[in-house]
Amino acid sequence: MEKSREQLLIQRIMDGERDHFHELIRPYERRAFLIAYTILRNPNDAEDAVQQAMLKIFVHLDQLSETDKFCSWAMRVVENESKMHKRKRRQDLYQPLDAEPEQDGHAKQFRPKQFADWRDLPNEIVEQEEIRTAILEALADLPEIYREVFALRDMEHMSIVETAEILEINIPMVKTRLHRARLMMREKLTPVFAKPKVSIWERWKGVNPWFAAKR
Amino acid sequence: MVRCKTIIAHLSEYVDKEASPELCHTIEKHLRGCSRCSAVYDSTRKMLVITGDERIFEIPSGFSARLHRFLERAILEGSAS
Repeated sequence: MEKSREQLLIQRIMDGERDHFHELIRPYERRAFLIAYTILRNPNDAEDAVQQAMLKIFVHLDQLSETDKFCSWAMRVVENESKMHKRKRRQDLYQPLDAEPEQDGHAKQFRPKQFADWRDLPNEIVEQEEIRTAILEALADLPEIYREVFALRDMEHMSIVETAEILEINIPMVKTRLHRARLMMREKLTPVFAKPKVSIWERWKGVNPWFAAKR
Repeated sequence: MVRCKTIIAHLSEYVDKEASPELCHTIEKHLRGCSRCSAVYDSTRKMLVITGDERIFEIPSGFSARLHRFLERAILEGSAS
């Protein structure tokens, strides 16, 4: 089978052309940072963790048996390194109860409580600082097991299989966690994006031709 | 009559277009008559468009340069050997 460009790069690095390592990891920098950030929730710590992880990836590259799985393997190293950083930091020592590994079907029992319609959201809305902050805060609020699966699938667009490989969980578990993560995110963001409530008076003004004629 | 609970439980499958044709039909029929589930579906869809936009999450400025400088130094110093 023909080797991909990435596999050829790995081969060249293994053959001693170390400089190609920079090229190899460049496409994964954002993803690595996002993974570390979702675990550590602090940009400086995330950056430290990614640096250490990338160094480990370089050191242990010869242990990668299936070079076509570089992405999942490397991101798993980032994930583990970030978790190690977190343990060292001794913060978040106690996870909220709902972060415990879920029982079968538990996630499917999540019941939404917010039913307001969302307003139409133009594409440019993501450029607003307060919107970005609201989304990242909602994400940071999720228990870790939901946060990481949401970040990988719904922010980084990784496949279910890749997500499962990185998180070392099975595919049904990815789906279950993702489903719950989405419902939780939606619940947290509904107050931000809900259509503004219109009072009875405002509604009456809007439909009453007499009121409009008097203005 | 399918209950809202069942529809919500399968919403991600439906959003990801992984639901079977029968399930799609059941969900769509329910959504037409249930404003609550319809609001949950519509907002989930809108949310995924926003969160999937790469502008939502930006890596800190200078992150990449610092990473490569760090690696260069570490590899040169032999800490990586």
